[in-house]
Amino acid sequence: MSKDNQLLEDLTSKEYEHGWSVNYEADEAPAGLNEGIIRWISSKKEEPKWLLEWRLKAFATWQSMAEPSWANVNYPKIDLQALKYYSAPKQSKKPKNLNEVDPELIAIYERLGISLNEQKRLQGIAVDAVLDSVSVATTFKDTLSKLGIVFCSFSEAVKEHPELIKKYLGSVVPIQDNYYAALNSAVFSDGSFCYIPKGVRCPMELSTYFRINAANTGQFERTLIVAEESSYVSYLEGCTAPQRDENQLHAAVVEIYAAAHAEVKYSTVQNWYPGDNEGRGGIYNFVTKRGICAGDYSKISWTQVETGSAVTWKYPSCILKGDHSVGEFYSVAVTNNYQQADTGTKMIHIGKNTKSRIVSKGISAGKSQNSYRGQVQVMKRALHARNFSQCDSLLMGNACGAHTFPYIDIANPTAKVEHEATTSKIGEDQIFYCNQRGIATEDAVALIVNGYAKEVLNQLPMEFAVEAQKLLALTLEGSVG
Amino acid sequence: MLSIKNLHASIEGTPILKGINLQVNAGEVHAIMGPNGSGKSTLASVLAGREEYEVTQGEVIFQGKDLLELSPEDRAREGVFLAFQYPIEIPGVSTTNFLRTALNQIREYRGQEPLDAVKFLSLMKEKMALVEIDQKLLSRSLNEGFSGGEKKRNEIFQMAMLEPKLSILDETDSGLDIDALRIVSNGVNKLKSPSTATIVVTHYQRLLDYIVPDVVHVLYQGRIVKSGSKELALELEQKGYDWIKEEVDTAKATA
Repeated sequence: MSKDNQLLEDLTSKEYEHGWSVNYEADEAPAGLNEGIIRWISSKKEEPKWLLEWRLKAFATWQSMAEPSWANVNYPKIDLQALKYYSAPKQSKKPKNLNEVDPELIAIYERLGISLNEQKRLQGIAVDAVLDSVSVATTFKDTLSKLGIVFCSFSEAVKEHPELIKKYLGSVVPIQDNYYAALNSAVFSDGSFCYIPKGVRCPMELSTYFRINAANTGQFERTLIVAEESSYVSYLEGCTAPQRDENQLHAAVVEIYAAAHAEVKYSTVQNWYPGDNEGRGGIYNFVTKRGICAGDYSKISWTQVETGSAVTWKYPSCILKGDHSVGEFYSVAVTNNYQQADTGTKMIHIGKNTKSRIVSKGISAGKSQNSYRGQVQVMKRALHARNFSQCDSLLMGNACGAHTFPYIDIANPTAKVEHEATTSKIGEDQIFYCNQRGIATEDAVALIVNGYAKEVLNQLPMEFAVEAQKLLALTLEGSVG
Repeated sequence: MLSIKNLHASIEGTPILKGINLQVNAGEVHAIMGPNGSGKSTLASVLAGREEYEVTQGEVIFQGKDLLELSPEDRAREGVFLAFQYPIEIPGVSTTNFLRTALNQIREYRGQEPLDAVKFLSLMKEKMALVEIDQKLLSRSLNEGFSGGEKKRNEIFQMAMLEPKLSILDETDSGLDIDALRIVSNGVNKLKSPSTATIVVTHYQRLLDYIVPDVVHVLYQGRIVKSGSKELALELEQKGYDWIKEEVDTAKATA
């Protein structure tokens, strides 16, 4: 045991790799939340009047709502008046292409290991990078626009495709959906917009890297993906944040719309600052993600690897409205030290012959708490709906917790719903077996955990899967007891 | 190659090994036999570095190094291999992936470059033939849902891949039918060389029909009480262990 303790000491003293911040001149809103701030943000972004009104309506709605308390997480009350709601890097003029982007900003991404230039050249991924609030650079736009695909920052979309934004904004996650969604609707600063026209198969993975930089800034992105009939897109979202002592709030909204025969794959690797070993600091990640399979035979698939944040509250969901539509949710959530995660999904079956599949793999270590919360709802007219859910928990050590809260709500007798759950511990026998073959303990844990999460990791695009595997290992370093 | 002197080990305060002395030279096969509970598997586990066992006395020198000072993974990297009596399941990890990780860590320890995928696969092909193992089995989760025979064959396959100096086979014959026993033994025999050594821990003589030992030791109450040639194993098969127990007990009583 003493050897393990030593190992734990050595490795947990490692600092969060991405914990640095760059002092760039920020153009930011004063702290506080009121109608004036919302007007300030809206005018700063030169928004049309209808959008300002939408924001103000959201703000009024939010004011009438209470912070939810049902999640299995504990954190001190957030002082929303102490936060700043807009922070943009100051730029003398707007960049037209990558070469014009402030080299210091580009350097930040390079330190994160995502050189835009490199990605552009080598990987064939279009990246829309969101630094704090403003989208810095958008690559591959030309290639995409030839196919009629729109992939740009949200603010740009408001200016250039107002009709689309007007039609779909809030159509999947309405203003009044929940406390944080309402807050986001009022103060969202930027995000990504993606539109795939009818019959187009997007030839590359679309990717956004989110990063929170300025201190005490809530980041409220808004992502909207619209896939028209018979189109296909795979969308990647990756997150890292520099180290901060005070907690930062992140309340994003993602909306996906899939028309008939369209397929959208949304993958997330979330590696935000989880707080230090004592549970100080870290990101509060309160996110609303939802997709609607509006047309027949449409499909939405969520894959998430959640390794970061101090508190995570997140339930990527599917509304299966079209007949024969399919919803999928694949999740790996890892918590270590004092992290808390309450995550899962909702599958709402409305159309006939709709199918959903849920595979959730929780991994808890240290003193963390990891909860799966999921709802499968089959409405009255959803004939022959099918659901399969599998919720596995893996525990490491004796001080962590794993919880499962499955809700099943069936209003149609033809529904077939299956739920499987397992809980296991990484065994000393497994570790010793690996050791005996020459594999060091840390690598043994990585191997075992990656094996456990394989079904989910397999859903990720190749380059993301590799990163995710590394992140899992990194998050769990020193957690074997 | 391996020199064990006056080795004492206990688990949770209960002494199991009470003064083992054993010398194994390169090129030799040693069989360790003995009745149930005599400490055979404990000896194998202590050599591999299982943490539950506490070494209270004695020394183990392996190729000039103090083996007991090394971590389990470093023992493996130095060339000690244990074929487990009960191989462990690791869901989601294929034998291929497992062995590639293991082999490359061993190579790194020895200052060698990692094997690339092509070289690794051709090495696998070569070794697969030795133990007549199917590729399909190697892409499945390690030991998960394997039959008893498949597990043991897989252990010998791993041994073939990692090319250890000293192989310890812990009751490798248990749970094997006669065909599997033959295949596993053939594999072990093919891997024998003048520069490697094997310790075969077994309860029964039948394995020794296939893997012929140079020396047979009888372990009883934590000590090696008798050593002899392979004929000793045959004698044990015929007469059982009782006469040895009696010899030891009488010696104790008169001492």
